[in-house]
Order: sequence, then C-alpha cells, then structure tokens
Amino acid sequence: MRLYDKVFPPKQMVLSSGKTVEERFTRIPLILTGLLFMMILSIHITGFRISTLMNRGNEFFVILNQMIPPRTAYVSQIIQPLLDTIKMSLLGSFLGSILAIPFSIIAAGNIVKNKWILMTVRLFLSLIRTLPTLITALIATYIFGLGTMAGMAAISIFTFAYVGKQLYEQIETVDMGAFEAMEAMGANRFYSFLTAVVPFVLPAYCSTCLFCLEGNVRYASILGYVGAGGLGLILNEKIGWREYDSVGMILLVLFMAVFLIEGISYYIRKKLT
Amino acid sequence: MSEAIKQQLEQEKSSWFYKVGVTFLLAILLGWSSSTFQINRVSDNGLDIAKNIISGIFHPDRRLLFNFTKTGISYLVLETICIAFLGTIVGAVLAVPLSFFSAVNIVPKPIALAVRWVIMAIRTIPAFIYGLMFIRVTGPGAFAGVLTMSVCSIGMLSKMFIETIEDLDVRIIESLDASGCNTFQKIRYGIIPQLSPDFISTVIYRFDMNLRDATILGLVGAGGIGAPLIFAMSSYRWNEVGAILTGLIICILIIEFFSTKIRVRLARG
Repeated sequence: MRLYDKVFPPKQMVLSSGKTVEERFTRIPLILTGLLFMMILSIHITGFRISTLMNRGNEFFVILNQMIPPRTAYVSQIIQPLLDTIKMSLLGSFLGSILAIPFSIIAAGNIVKNKWILMTVRLFLSLIRTLPTLITALIATYIFGLGTMAGMAAISIFTFAYVGKQLYEQIETVDMGAFEAMEAMGANRFYSFLTAVVPFVLPAYCSTCLFCLEGNVRYASILGYVGAGGLGLILNEKIGWREYDSVGMILLVLFMAVFLIEGISYYIRKKLT
Repeated sequence: MSEAIKQQLEQEKSSWFYKVGVTFLLAILLGWSSSTFQINRVSDNGLDIAKNIISGIFHPDRRLLFNFTKTGISYLVLETICIAFLGTIVGAVLAVPLSFFSAVNIVPKPIALAVRWVIMAIRTIPAFIYGLMFIRVTGPGAFAGVLTMSVCSIGMLSKMFIETIEDLDVRIIESLDASGCNTFQKIRYGIIPQLSPDFISTVIYRFDMNLRDATILGLVGAGGIGAPLIFAMSSYRWNEVGAILTGLIICILIIEFFSTKIRVRLARG
C-alpha cells in the first residue's frame, strides 16, 4: 500500500485553518485489477464459456419440464420421510444449541479472562464450523449406521458450531455493568451471570436457534443423499430411477414445509426482537 | 430495596403462563422427534470405526498434501476457490435485478410478492439437483459447478440485497433532485454509495459460504474438491481424507480471516 501511495501521490489540500490534509488516491484500480485477474484465472481453470451456455442452455429445462406436472399420487409416500426430516432437524438443532451454551460462555472474552482458553475454544469452534456438513453426515453414517440418527448427529454438530459462534459474539456485546453490580451486591459469579447476562442474550439466542432450524430443514433434505435418512433418501432414489415427476412432487412438498416453518419462525423471531 | 424499584418490579407482567406454555410445547415437540434418536442401531464396531477415522484424519497423507501437480490438494483447492469465486460473481449479477424487482419501494406490491415466490422456489431446490440439470448443459466438470453455485447463491444474496434496497434513504435522492442533478448523477451519488458497502459485504460473505458448500458439488461430479473427498471416504482411505480436509480447512480459515477483516472495514466505512 505504501508503494502504491508513492506511485500515485495523495492529493494535498490546504484547509482555511491552514492545516493540510491528504486525500489518498482511489484504491479502485488496484481492487479491479485483482478482481479481473481472479476472474480470468477462474474462467481459465473452470472452463467457463458463454457460447456453451447460449447453445445448450435449453438443456437445463429438460429435467425441469419433466418435473412438471408433479405426480400428486406420490404424496402419501412422501409424508413419512418429510416428518423424519423435520424431526431430525428439530432434535438436532435443539441438542446442538444446548451443547453450544457452555462452550460459548467459555469463548466469551468478557466472562473468561484467560487468553489461551479463549483461543483454544474459538479455534475448536471454527474448526468444527469448517467441516462440511455432508462430510460429518457421511462419517456419522459409518459410526451410527444408516438412518436418521446419523443425520441428526450431523445437524447437531453443525448447529453447535454455528450457534456457538453467534452466541459468544452476543455475550461479548452485553454491557457488563449489571454483572459487576450484582457481584458488588454479594451475588456469586454464577448467579450474577444468570440474572445479568442471560436476560440480555436470551432473545437473540432463541432467534439464532430458530434461524438455524430453518436452514437445517433445508439442509436435512440433502443429507439423505449420503444415507442419513429423511427426504434426501427418496430424492436420491427417484433421481436414480429418473422419475422426475416424483422428484417434482418431493420438491413441492419440501417447498411447502419450508415455507410453513419459515413463516412460523419469522413470526416468532419478530416477536422476540 | 427502595420503593421505586419495588414499584417497577410489580409493574412487570408475570410471565409464568407464557413460560410454562413454551416449555410444554418444546417438550411435546422434542418428545415427538425423539424417535430419530436410535442409539441401538449403532453398529457394534462403531467406536472402532470412529477411532480409525480420527487417527486417519490426524495423520494426513503427506505425499498428497505436498503434491503440486494437477492431482494434488493444492490444485483441487485452487479449483474449488475458482468455482466458488466465479459462482458467487455470476450469482450476484443474477441476484441484483431480481432483488430490485422484489423490493416494495421500487415496484408495486403484487409484482414484488410474485418475484419473492420465485426466489423462494429457486432456494428450495437442493444444490445437487441443479448440479444434475447443469451437467446436461455443460457436461461434468468445474463449469457445471460454477453454474450450480451461482443459482444456489441467488436465494440468500437477493434476500440480503432486498433488505438493503428497502432501507434506501429516499431523502438523499430528493435533495440531489432539488439541487438539479440528472438521473445518472442521482444514481452515481445518491444510490450507489448507499448500496455498495452492504452489497459487497453480502457478496463476500456468500463467497465464504460457497467455499464451504462446494463439497456438495462433488456428489454429482460437478468439479471441485468434493468428488475426491467422497471417493476417498467411501473407500475408507482415511489418510487421504485427512489430507484433503486439512487443505480445505486451512484454505477456508485463511479466506474467512480476510473476508471478516474486509467486512469489518466495510461496515465501519
């Protein structure tokens, strides 16, 4: 950056008070060059070609057309996997968000003062967060066997990492004055935490958990692809048999379920804030 | 306790009814969903397998990790980054018009609602189905991955874009109007400065997410690091899995570090 400022010297301006201020030369050319370089590299590596898209773009709609109209008779067989998916994400989200509470308390800088503990717990949380959910689910199917248990475990691990990070950031924004006041009045640390920090964090925590639940219902439908139960299982099966009208019906049911759950969760989250 | 505090305490609505109700509802929901918890299905050697997996992941295959040819981890990671990058950019380009058409302060409400339904429908279809559709267009490979990523990004990107657009401060544009600016100047000085920090921040965040989700593409053969990872897992070569995961995790952590820095700077202006 310093070299850049030497090549393009900043504009000097003298204010009416006699003070000189510098306006640095715009950084936009630098950013644009970087972006352009990345784009060219990406286009080269991925083989992106507009002409292919123009010529064969209509192929995209072939499967989509076969999905419409969806086979309505198939609904009766979708309900059970759908309920499995919802149960999986409900229990998984719940366990994950409960498990996240102790870890996020240890990871919050205003509760724990030891720098090493903070670093370790935060690194642990971000390591788990970077593990792709699909991979966790696959590992879980090896350990727990095929079925909803594996999906539930994968979802709770993902929720744990996500809610954990959000929660410790929320705890850190709490004004610690009330906490100190409770301690000054003679309450022990646990009790002061319960009465001074928890009420501040609780609404945001609930809303994070609900938000996570919304996403998990969507995600749970993918997990079946690796044998973790739920909608993904029949989705995978029907794609394998190329019964795209049934696939369309599954997607339609999933769409309605997600719409309903998002509506309820949006309403509750609005109330919480 | 002073009188004032007591009075305040008495004014507080008693919420025990509400609390009991919520607890009861939660208990019912959990009881209903507890059928997914099937610990008896655990395969007998589940713990052994877990031990093998963990030891494999912590002893990554070094040869693969430090292999800088086209089959090595570094190239795979680079390919994944490229897919996520290009996918995010194409997705953002597609999402901008969609979100302008579904912002209630720009178009009439029925149109906005209709476009929102379309966006939600786009969001519901899982990534691997888009992957299958795009493979018909481009053949298997990274190109299909880019297209899949871009369509998958539309949902979240436009949701955030819409919020930004609806928060647009119209008074600034009115004042520019009053001082005699033409349409181009109004867009350049009234609209773009208001939108760009949030838009860029959202796009960078989505890039982060796309990098994490890119493993899904491997399921259907749409390029990236997912396919080698899943092959290695299904043939129980845990050392290889460890090597690939190490590469992926390091890459994600580095990019997350930089993207958080940029986004914090954008938020502070």
